[in-house]
Amino acid sequence: MSEAAVHGDGHGHDDHDHPAFLAHHFDDPEQQYDSGKLGMWLFLVTEILFFSGMFCAYALYRSIHPEVWTFASQFLNSTLGAINTGVLLFSSLTMAWGVRCAQLRQRTGLVVSLAATLGCASIFLGVKAIEYTHKWELGLLPAGTYESQFLPAAAHHGISQWLYVLSAIPAACVLGFGIWYAMTIAKGEKENSEVAGPLLVTALCYFAGVGLGLFLESGEAHGEDHGPGTHSEEHIDGHEHPGNVHEGEEGDPGHKDAHEGGGEEHSMLPGEAKVVFVSAETDGMKPLPKPGAATDKEIDQSGGAGLFFSIYYCMTGVHAVHILAGMGVLTWLLVRATRDHFNEQYFGPVDYVGLYWHIVDLIWIYLFPLLYLIK
Amino acid sequence: MSEIADLSALPQEEREARENFLFNTKGFLSWALTLDHKRIGLMYLVGVMSAFFIAGMLALLIRLELMTPTNTYLSNAQYNQVFTLHGAIMVFLFIIPSVPAALGNFLVPVMLGAKDVAFPRLNLSSFYLWVSGAVFFLAAMLYTGLDTGWTFYTPYSTTTQGPVVAATMGVFILGFSSIFTGLNFIVTINTMRPPGMEWFKMPLFLWATYATSIIQVLATPVLGITVLLLAAERILHIGIFDPAYNGDPVTYQHFFWFYSHPAVYIMILPGMGIISELMSVHSHKSIFGYRFVAYSSVAIALFGFLVWGHHMFTSGMANVTTIIFSALTFTVSIPSAIKVFNWLATMYKGTVQLNTPMCYALNFIFLFTIGGLTGLWLGALSTDRPLHDTYFVVAHFHYVMVGGTLVGFLGGVFHWWPKMTGKMFSETWGKISCLLVFLGFNLTFLPQFVLGSRGMPRRYAQYVAEFQELHQMSSYGAFLLGFGLFVALGVFIHSLMAGKKAPPNPWGGATLEWQCTSPPPYYNFLEPPTVNDPYNYKPLAYRDGDRGWEYVHPEAPEVPQSEPEPAQS
Repeated sequence: MSEAAVHGDGHGHDDHDHPAFLAHHFDDPEQQYDSGKLGMWLFLVTEILFFSGMFCAYALYRSIHPEVWTFASQFLNSTLGAINTGVLLFSSLTMAWGVRCAQLRQRTGLVVSLAATLGCASIFLGVKAIEYTHKWELGLLPAGTYESQFLPAAAHHGISQWLYVLSAIPAACVLGFGIWYAMTIAKGEKENSEVAGPLLVTALCYFAGVGLGLFLESGEAHGEDHGPGTHSEEHIDGHEHPGNVHEGEEGDPGHKDAHEGGGEEHSMLPGEAKVVFVSAETDGMKPLPKPGAATDKEIDQSGGAGLFFSIYYCMTGVHAVHILAGMGVLTWLLVRATRDHFNEQYFGPVDYVGLYWHIVDLIWIYLFPLLYLIK
Repeated sequence: MSEIADLSALPQEEREARENFLFNTKGFLSWALTLDHKRIGLMYLVGVMSAFFIAGMLALLIRLELMTPTNTYLSNAQYNQVFTLHGAIMVFLFIIPSVPAALGNFLVPVMLGAKDVAFPRLNLSSFYLWVSGAVFFLAAMLYTGLDTGWTFYTPYSTTTQGPVVAATMGVFILGFSSIFTGLNFIVTINTMRPPGMEWFKMPLFLWATYATSIIQVLATPVLGITVLLLAAERILHIGIFDPAYNGDPVTYQHFFWFYSHPAVYIMILPGMGIISELMSVHSHKSIFGYRFVAYSSVAIALFGFLVWGHHMFTSGMANVTTIIFSALTFTVSIPSAIKVFNWLATMYKGTVQLNTPMCYALNFIFLFTIGGLTGLWLGALSTDRPLHDTYFVVAHFHYVMVGGTLVGFLGGVFHWWPKMTGKMFSETWGKISCLLVFLGFNLTFLPQFVLGSRGMPRRYAQYVAEFQELHQMSSYGAFLLGFGLFVALGVFIHSLMAGKKAPPNPWGGATLEWQCTSPPPYYNFLEPPTVNDPYNYKPLAYRDGDRGWEYVHPEAPEVPQSEPEPAQS
């Protein structure tokens, strides 16, 4: 772990074969590096086991309610998911590049690589913010607060207010880092401006992610050409099929008036394309309900879809927290990189953070198909 | 190292006093911000002892209430809160960190001849995680009273009014403290062994610590996510554990015990490691079956991951699943029995000295064996069904946790006390405390086996009048046990105040920690110690009370030196 790699300060070494970066209790840089690397790998093992609880919950409930998973997954925007996958993969590349730069003592290359990695993380979070806020608006929430998608709901106009809330912190960051950057430029503090600049770009990248998300969220609805209303017809057909017995015990009275809501049009942005969220399922992807099988509406109203979103929020939420933590340590690396702390003999921290970053990436590589691509 | 060069001019006594880790720097911050594993270990020792004191007092309160079949001091609701607090503090704040974090921190680097653990800052941060987890946890529980039991079983924990979220966050933080400690030890043992110390030349305490650390690293994250999901269930109603939303409360039990059964081995394995050391040192005989004892630690760690279902035989599992879990449960008895038999064989034809640590070690073997054997009743399906959730279970796990871990921990504290503090303690009173603990413990928990097998369920404040006699026996035993522990505390305090100066090697141990002064200098070893067989006692000879045991050198056998000499390789 990075703690290990901190240079031995305050212990008063003047041993000539004990360089400043070598902690007092290690014999040589190799031992220090190996310890840090093993520590990081063990930490990654704990990370995997930490996520394993949620993967187990996913596997368990998906095997019990496969129809819920295929139904609920169609509310996830796989284009945005794919974009985020690409962004994270690219960030892994820049991170690996950064490790190489640290090993070769290429200070500028390292700073640029770290900045690019931070920027990608920020784009990822921006896109995620769009995805989350859409779902909150639509009532695609964890089980306890999940709102049926077949109830008449008020049309959602404009950008979700939640997006403003979420964006407040990055906006504050843009402001703060912008001022700081301007000050460092004015004072001619090169080292600090090399920190402030990338951080400003990182904060701005969040808004790039948001913009990308807004554009694609509306664009996909157009691109895949979902005819509003056609699917709600299908629901009604499915529902009224004599073989379709209501399977959930809930037998809620609300479903009778539900189909009006099925084709509800939600406008995403004023003056922009109309987005039909509920009918985002397409004919090609969704098989017609088998006789006797629960219809989408029944699945939805039995409360099961909420369970999918519970797991979705838990998994992606914990993953997003890991992205945030990664951004924290990347910033720490950025500061140290501008101070020229890393060299051919001492590049451990960059390497360890790189490993961490790759595991966060790898977890997303699993989350993406398991959540987005199962419909 | 200029610091050491300066000091070498000073007289021996003063040099030791100056370099002694307890006094080499002074002031509150020099302890609060220390990166020295020995100081962190001592701070943990004080911390876990305080937690043990609180939880022990609660145990006495429980036993006081159970003196009569009706409510006398506590209402039913208060009783629920008290036993929850007792269990939760004992498990999360005392037993789990007791040996690994307190003794392990002190001993692991010294036994390796290293200067510190691999990640000193991480080590200090895990101590502060422990402190903040403890504060969080205690505050949450004292504020409104938690009444779920230490297991936080759903659905009760998702519906009760108690501060479940705060308490689970406390558990989450404590879990990370435990993970970081385990991670630190694994890396330390892997990368910082001195030249010549191969895996099978390591002291068995290190093997036990290594096996424990593996469990801590692999199991605790699952507890972390489990309590996080539990908190999310309460705050957001995510439904994973709630049948109203297609979830399943038994899932919680599976998740919880996937951690908490291995955690049982986090609790007992380090105790077993201590006993392996104590048996050999105080018998002055090489440990019998070194490799078997070493491998059995790892085997227990691995088997421990496969048996969690035996906590849930009555929770509604498929029959075939219960049979598999039952069968797997019995496999754990094999490595456990290997250890017990090897300890006994170690004593055979040894020069057994009944010092206080050895008395505790024998106490451990007796109590742990009862605890282990009564586990067979609970692992077998037919007998577990009627015994489930009775006092039989309570007595069984107290025999393992208290009779095993606590007694082993005390034995270890007595054994390494001279090394940690540089002071000897009163042998007589130490042995008296051991006897009192032994008598008090058995008087407390033997009646509970009888109670349980007669159908007394656990976790009730009231009971039918026929059980009163046995309950009173148990309560008197608990007071005696408490008294015995206070005697032990008195021995420690007396030692600190007026103890005789300890020699580097008071017991005649051959592991590396006995080669440095008592207490060790800040850097542990002025020169790298010579690595030899950790259980070869032949080159050691007893001098006298002031000098303890010293290595005998064939060429110069009578050179008086208080500085330990490296052995002939």
